[in-house]
Amino acid sequence: MGQSSDAQPVSLSARAVDNLRFIRRTMERARAFTAVPGAGGVLMGILATIAALAARAAPTPRDWALVWLACSLPASAVALLSIAAKSRRQRGAAYDSATARFLAALLPPLIAGTVLTLALMRAQAYEWLAGVWLTLYGAAAASAAGAAIAPVRSMGAAFIALGAAALFTPPTWGNLWMTLGFGGLQVGFGVYIWRRFDG
Amino acid sequence: MASQKAAATPQPIEESASSLQESTRLLQAELPHLDRLIHERLRLGIISALASSPTLTFSRLKEILQTTDGNLSRHARKLEDAGYIECSKSFDGRVPRSDFRLTAEGREALKSYLNHMEALIRAARTNVSA
Repeated sequence: MGQSSDAQPVSLSARAVDNLRFIRRTMERARAFTAVPGAGGVLMGILATIAALAARAAPTPRDWALVWLACSLPASAVALLSIAAKSRRQRGAAYDSATARFLAALLPPLIAGTVLTLALMRAQAYEWLAGVWLTLYGAAAASAAGAAIAPVRSMGAAFIALGAAALFTPPTWGNLWMTLGFGGLQVGFGVYIWRRFDG
Repeated sequence: MASQKAAATPQPIEESASSLQESTRLLQAELPHLDRLIHERLRLGIISALASSPTLTFSRLKEILQTTDGNLSRHARKLEDAGYIECSKSFDGRVPRSDFRLTAEGREALKSYLNHMEALIRAARTNVSA
């Protein structure tokens, strides 16, 4: 039974290591970006639904793309303002390290989407835009999910799935996928986040 | 894992005896000083979460720690009674809201707990390399 004095220190240290891991994990989870705006998401979804109706009546594919691009400006403003408002309400500051981490993960796919949009518009390949926008918006959300609350990951995955659907179905269905994504998903996740994550 | 494997390897008794005794003594010296109040897993979680965020609401804490309302209330109350955390209650519209924050005492308690954990690991490591 000479082993008992050896066994105790090892198991105590294993417990200590486990405790330290638990503390680190909990701290990381607590630092997650929680100011994902539910109400802002709903408003963005409503804007997208209005854009979908306007885009459906657009006479040319170019006009269709321009309607959606025009909608992206107020939607981006709503996103930024509602993030700042929720952040200020929750943490007392409109911008802090959690916001910085969230934006740093969110922005690269969005920048890639902007570059691809410019290239596809220049090539007049409008039929690819819906798929590219949905996929890259989903990629942005999925990428930012590591620094944010859990539903953002599911939202990202759902957008990527819709983007894939848009890329592999007839181009005339593009507006439908856009409506389902930027309208439907945005409103659905917005309501969920609004109710479960304080606004 | 590696340290556990190393611990299982037989050591020459004469060489390691004094160092083993010393580290075991260190370990046993640390144990009584452990803050039992925050050693409990959920209370340790509450303190840790609040250490990395200035304030957290009850619902956010519940989500971070994946626990029930009853459990969280009970353990938060113990920490509040000890002066480790503070709770302020308000209304968000018509919904009651509880905001928790860590006190200076709570932060010190966590620091001291971390020091104890590190001391335990150091002592065990000395044990393994002896």
